[in-house]
Amino acid sequence: MSAPHAAVSLAGVGKTFGKGAVRALEDIDLAIAPGEFVSLIGPSGCGKSTLLRIVGDLIQPSVGDVIVNGKPAHRARLDHDYGIVFQSAVLYDWRTVTKNISLPLELLGWSRGRRNERVREMVELVELSGFESHHPWQLSGGMQQRVSIARALSFDPALLLMDEPFGALDEMTRERLNMELLRIWERSGSTIVFVTHSIPEAVFLSTRVVVMSPRPGRIAGIVEIDLPQPRGAETREQPRFFELVTEVRERLAGSGAATAPTEPALVTEERV
Amino acid sequence: MAAIASRRAAPAVGDGRARALLDRAALLVVVLAAIWAVWEGFRWIGIRTELTWPFPVNDVTMPRLHEIVGQLFEPSRVNGPLLIDVLLDAALFTAREAAVGFFLGSAIGFGLAVVLVHSRLLQRGFLPYIVASQTVPILAIAPMVVVGLGSKGVTGWVAVAILAAYLTFFPVAINTLRGLQSADPRALELMHSYAASRWTILWRLRVPASMPYVFSALKISATASIVGAIIGEAPSSIQEGLGGAILNFNQYYSLEPRNLWATNIVAAALGITFFLVVAGAERVVVRRAPENVA
Repeated sequence: MSAPHAAVSLAGVGKTFGKGAVRALEDIDLAIAPGEFVSLIGPSGCGKSTLLRIVGDLIQPSVGDVIVNGKPAHRARLDHDYGIVFQSAVLYDWRTVTKNISLPLELLGWSRGRRNERVREMVELVELSGFESHHPWQLSGGMQQRVSIARALSFDPALLLMDEPFGALDEMTRERLNMELLRIWERSGSTIVFVTHSIPEAVFLSTRVVVMSPRPGRIAGIVEIDLPQPRGAETREQPRFFELVTEVRERLAGSGAATAPTEPALVTEERV
Repeated sequence: MAAIASRRAAPAVGDGRARALLDRAALLVVVLAAIWAVWEGFRWIGIRTELTWPFPVNDVTMPRLHEIVGQLFEPSRVNGPLLIDVLLDAALFTAREAAVGFFLGSAIGFGLAVVLVHSRLLQRGFLPYIVASQTVPILAIAPMVVVGLGSKGVTGWVAVAILAAYLTFFPVAINTLRGLQSADPRALELMHSYAASRWTILWRLRVPASMPYVFSALKISATASIVGAIIGEAPSSIQEGLGGAILNFNQYYSLEPRNLWATNIVAAALGITFFLVVAGAERVVVRRAPENVA
């Protein structure tokens, strides 16, 4: 059932909140291979954020098995097998950029020297050199989210869970951070599970897009994204990109999950 | 790039600080002048119009302000030390009671909040009694505490410090509890994702997040501890503190009202000093976006 080599393996996972009143997720089966970039996409209420938290052992599933890195999700959490990034950066106001990035390293008991060295690498990776001693409120939203990503990656987790990390950012910042995230993903070789409600973002980033439908949340379909790697600005202009965007959108519509199309999706219609 | 920017910004920031300090000093002068003007103005009108309501105005009810201040530098009795020396000694004595009470009360309040934040049951069980404790007038329990502890051989000023703690712990407990609960739920999830223990979450997240709340409580408690100490001295028949001085000068008020007023000024100055010390500590401890400082 759970292949030993899978980074994440979900089997028959379901979640009901309250006394069976709200069925948030039902019959979720999904295996994610190491090194994959998988996006979960769907309208609000489809349980994609809940599913991400179940993988992270932050919420317990009502039924089903969750295997992360070949072990139960609970064990994986205790072993620090994943880093997580939320829609808001969730930085500690009382800590500088450096101190925020090193928070998990402190909790893991790393020595000061080792922490400093790793934080330096991370600051470079997310291109925040010169802002090490700034406090979060002195940074723009995009910069805050970069700190949050650096913090999640600082202890080198095999898995990165991202819950609409760029949802609160403007379109230009979002596209730039999309590029940076791909670069980081290529360099770190980690597995990424990415929750979003932006179709172009999901297609641009992912190796696979999992389309979900609401009430109860189910997997309505999986779209393989066969765009060549590495991807860049020109990827967004390839005809195949638009075909895939359309395919994901149709899957969403077909699942009864039609939502107001996002602006980039409208642009695609004109072009295709 | 950022380094250059901050270096360029530095002189402007320095200017801003000097400017802010100057503004503050000017504001202080203006406020003091306004208080003086209102006092003397009311007095002048009251005497001219032979005001009887809300109280008759004369040299006993409202001495001249400069005479009250001047009284500080007169001998407190024939061939005795200056009044200000007597009052400063008394203030120091009361300050010791208040400071011990403040630290004791703050520690108890903080500890209580830490326990309560971890247990809904205890919170529901205990909170009403904590609130009720503050509805008991301190004047009613002061003699009990002083006599009770006195019979156990506890010196008077320690008993007064405990009374000051009684007034201090409450705002600290209530505000710290709120502060400990103020941590962003996402930040708690983040800590869980690191498999952080309760203890780690408490010290790395809840306590730092609570600091703005704790300090707004400490500022209240700093002045409350002095009120507690002064009131506590009265039924304890402790003569060395400001409470003793107030009782004493109160008896001779119709003969020499300026002594009591001068004592009030010293008591107020002591309260302001306590407040400023806490506010100064806050500036050092709380590193927070300006708009988030409670």
